[in-house]
Amino acid sequence: MALRWFQRLKQGLAKTSSRLTDGVQGIFTGRRRLDEEALEDLEDLLITADLGPATAAKLTAELARTRFEKEVSGEEVREAFAASITDILAPTAKPLEAGNDPTKRPHVVLVVGVNGSGKTTTIGKLAHQLRGQGKSVMLCAGDTFRAAAIEQLRIWGERVGAPVVARDSGADAAGLAFDAYKQAREAGTDVLLIDTAGRLHNKKDLMDELSKIVRVLRKLDETTPHDIVMVLDATVGQNALQQVQVFRELVSITGLVVTKLDGTAKAGVLIALAETFGLPVHAVGVGETAEDLRPFKAEDYARGLMGLE
Amino acid sequence: MFETLSDRLGKALEGLTSRGALKESDVEAAMRDVRVALLEADVALPVVKDFIGRVKKEAVGEKVLKSVTPGQQVVKIVHDELVAMLGAEEEEQKLRLLGEPPQALMMVGLQGSGKTTSTAKLARRLKEKDRKKVLMASLDVNRPAAQEQLKVLGEQIDVATLPIVKGQGPVDIAKRAMQAGRLSGYDVVILDTAGRLHVDEALMDEVAAVKAAANPSEIMLVVDAMTGQDAVNVAESFTKRIGLTGVLLTRVDGDARGGAALSMRQVTGCPIKFLGTGEKSEALEVFRADSIASRILGMGDIVSLVEKASETIEQEEAERIAKRMQKGQFDLDDMRKQLEQMRKMGGMEGLMGMLPGIGKMKKQLAAANIDEKMLKRQEAIIQSMTPKERGNPKMLHASRKLRIAAGSGTSVQEVNKVLKQHQQMAKMMKQFTKMGKKGGMPTLPGMGGGMPPGGLPPGFGGPR
Repeated sequence: MALRWFQRLKQGLAKTSSRLTDGVQGIFTGRRRLDEEALEDLEDLLITADLGPATAAKLTAELARTRFEKEVSGEEVREAFAASITDILAPTAKPLEAGNDPTKRPHVVLVVGVNGSGKTTTIGKLAHQLRGQGKSVMLCAGDTFRAAAIEQLRIWGERVGAPVVARDSGADAAGLAFDAYKQAREAGTDVLLIDTAGRLHNKKDLMDELSKIVRVLRKLDETTPHDIVMVLDATVGQNALQQVQVFRELVSITGLVVTKLDGTAKAGVLIALAETFGLPVHAVGVGETAEDLRPFKAEDYARGLMGLE
Repeated sequence: MFETLSDRLGKALEGLTSRGALKESDVEAAMRDVRVALLEADVALPVVKDFIGRVKKEAVGEKVLKSVTPGQQVVKIVHDELVAMLGAEEEEQKLRLLGEPPQALMMVGLQGSGKTTSTAKLARRLKEKDRKKVLMASLDVNRPAAQEQLKVLGEQIDVATLPIVKGQGPVDIAKRAMQAGRLSGYDVVILDTAGRLHVDEALMDEVAAVKAAANPSEIMLVVDAMTGQDAVNVAESFTKRIGLTGVLLTRVDGDARGGAALSMRQVTGCPIKFLGTGEKSEALEVFRADSIASRILGMGDIVSLVEKASETIEQEEAERIAKRMQKGQFDLDDMRKQLEQMRKMGGMEGLMGMLPGIGKMKKQLAAANIDEKMLKRQEAIIQSMTPKERGNPKMLHASRKLRIAAGSGTSVQEVNKVLKQHQQMAKMMKQFTKMGKKGGMPTLPGMGGGMPPGGLPPGFGGPR
C-alpha cells in the first residue's frame, strides 16, 4: 500500500514538474553565468508555475545573492530553489489529526471552499483514510444547494462504510450540521466530516451562511468544529490568496487540502500562501480514487516541483 | 472580476496621463508595472510578453510621444490591444448550430470547472432566447451522481435529459443521445462530458471517441476564471487533441482578476462566447470584448448597462413612468418601482461597476456600506404606506411615520431619509423636464444621462 502511494505521488508530480524542469535545463544547457538575463528567465519560469510575481522575484533574488555572476548548472539552480521552497513550506506540512483524542468525540471537521474545488471528493477520500485506520466516521451532506451533491456523498458513504446524515435539497445547512453533530455524539462516532456547498468568497450572503454553521455547532460544543479545512484546486492562480484570506477571516480556517495536483498545474501559489498565512497543508489530492489523497511533505513537493529525485 | 486588475492598470497608467510630455523611459516604466499587474491577474506569461511587446512598439513611436496628449494615446493603445487580445468578430461569437438538426454541442473541461451547471445555463438560453428544442445528456460516468445532477437541473429549467442507463459508457451514451435527438425532433443535443485532466491519455482518448461518434458542431471548453498559469496548458492540450470552437468562462462573478479571460483567445484561437456570472441557471452573459476591455480600464460599460436595463425593465412600465416624469410627476410609488428595478439589475454595486469613471467611487460606496439591504429596506418603508400616502407624501405626519416605521421594521429617521430622498429625486426630475432631456435612460433618473459627472443620485451620496 505504502509503495503504491509513493508511486502515485511520483507520477502525479512528474507531470507537474516536467515543464519547469525542462525550462530550467533549457536556460542552463551545461554551465552558464548567472547574469541578469538568466535571472529574468528564471523568474518568468517560476511565474508560470503560479508562484506569483512577488514570490518569484524573491526566490530569484535569493539565488542571486549567493550566486550572481557565478558559473552555475541547471541542476544547481533547481537544488537551490528546492531548498528555499522546502524552507518556506516545511512548517506547514501537518497531517490532519482526527479521531485520536477521546475527549473530542466526535472530532468535527468542517470542509469549505469555492465551487468545484473538490470538497465532496476530498471528504470521500478522507473518510476512506480514517476508516482504514479503524475509526468510525459519519458524513454530513451539508451541500444542500448543488443538484445531486447529497447523492454524491451518499455514494461515497456506501463505498467507505460511513453513515450519511442528509436532508432534502434546499434545507438549512446549519440545522443539518446541528443534527449531524447530535447523532454523531449519540452514536459515539470518532470523526464527523461536514460537507458544505461551494461558495465564492466574495458573496457575502453565502459567506454569512457559512459562519452560521460554525455558530450553530458551537452552541452544542464550544470547541467545535475542531478543524475547518479549506479545499483549494491546484489549478487556481493568484486568486487563491484572496480566497484563503476571506475564508480565514470569516470562519478561521485551520488547514488546507490541495486537490487535482495530478495535472500540469503546480499550485505554486502554495508558497505564497505559506508565506502570507502559514496555514497547515494537511494533504494533497492526486487522482480520483479513494486512495489518491496523501500527506503533504514539503521537501517531496519542492523537489518534485523542481524535478529532482 | 477585473476590479483589482482595473485598479492596478489604472495606477500604472496614471503616471502617463498626468504628464504633458513623455519619454521612452516613462513608457518603459509604466509597462513594467502593467506587466506585473497582468501577471498578478494570472494572465499567461507568453500572452503578457506578447502584449507588452506590441504596446511598447506602438507607444514609443514618434507620432505618439510627440502628440498633444501622449498619455491618453498610450492608454488608447493599451485599450485597443486589450480588445485585440480578447476580441472576436460578432459572427464568430454565435453558437455554431446551423445545419441539419439535431446539432450536437459538446462541453469539455477539467474537473470542477463548472461544465454541468454551464450545460444547464446554455440549454435554458437556447430554449428561451432561441426557441430551440434542447436535449441534455450527461456522459459523466466517473463522478458519483453526476448524471443525477444534470437530471435535477433539467427538471428545474424544464429541459429534457436523456434517461440514465446504468453501466453504459460515454460513447454509447453519446450515440444514444444523438439517436434520441433525431427520433424525437430535437434541435440541439448538449453533451456534458466528464471532467478530465488534459494529461490523462485514457480520458482524452475517450473524449475524442465521443467527438467522433457525435460529430458536434460546437465544442465548448469550460474554464474557471480563477485558473492560474495552467490555463494555457489546459487550453493547448484540448485544442490539439480534440479541437475547440468556443470557450465558456465560469465564476466570473468571483473576484479573480480575469487573467484566464485575457489568455484564452490567444492560446486557443477561438472566441470566448459566454461568461458564467452566478449560481442560478439564468446567470449567463454573452461575452463582449470591447465591453470587457473598457471595464478593465475602468472606462465603464454602457453597452452592458443598457442591455441589462432593457432585459429587466418591462417596457410598458418604463414608458408609463417616463411619461409621468415628463409631466414632472414622481410619487413614492414611482420611486419604489425604481428601487425594485435597481435591485433586479444587480443593485447599486452591479450598476455602478458599469458606469464610466466610477471605478474609484465603488470603494467609497462599499465604505459607505450601501448594500442591497438598504434598497430592500427602502422598498419596505414605501410598501408600508397606504396608496394615498404614496401619492401625497405631504400628509405624512409624526404618527403616520411611526406606524410606517413599525410596519417596515425600521425607524422614523429612516422613514424621513426616504422621504427626503424622494423629494430630491422629484426635484431633479423636474429639472430634467425643464432641460427637455428626453430619451437616454428615462427609467433611471439620477443614474442616466442627467447624472453629473462623477456624481451619485441624490440620497445615495458618498460617505456621510
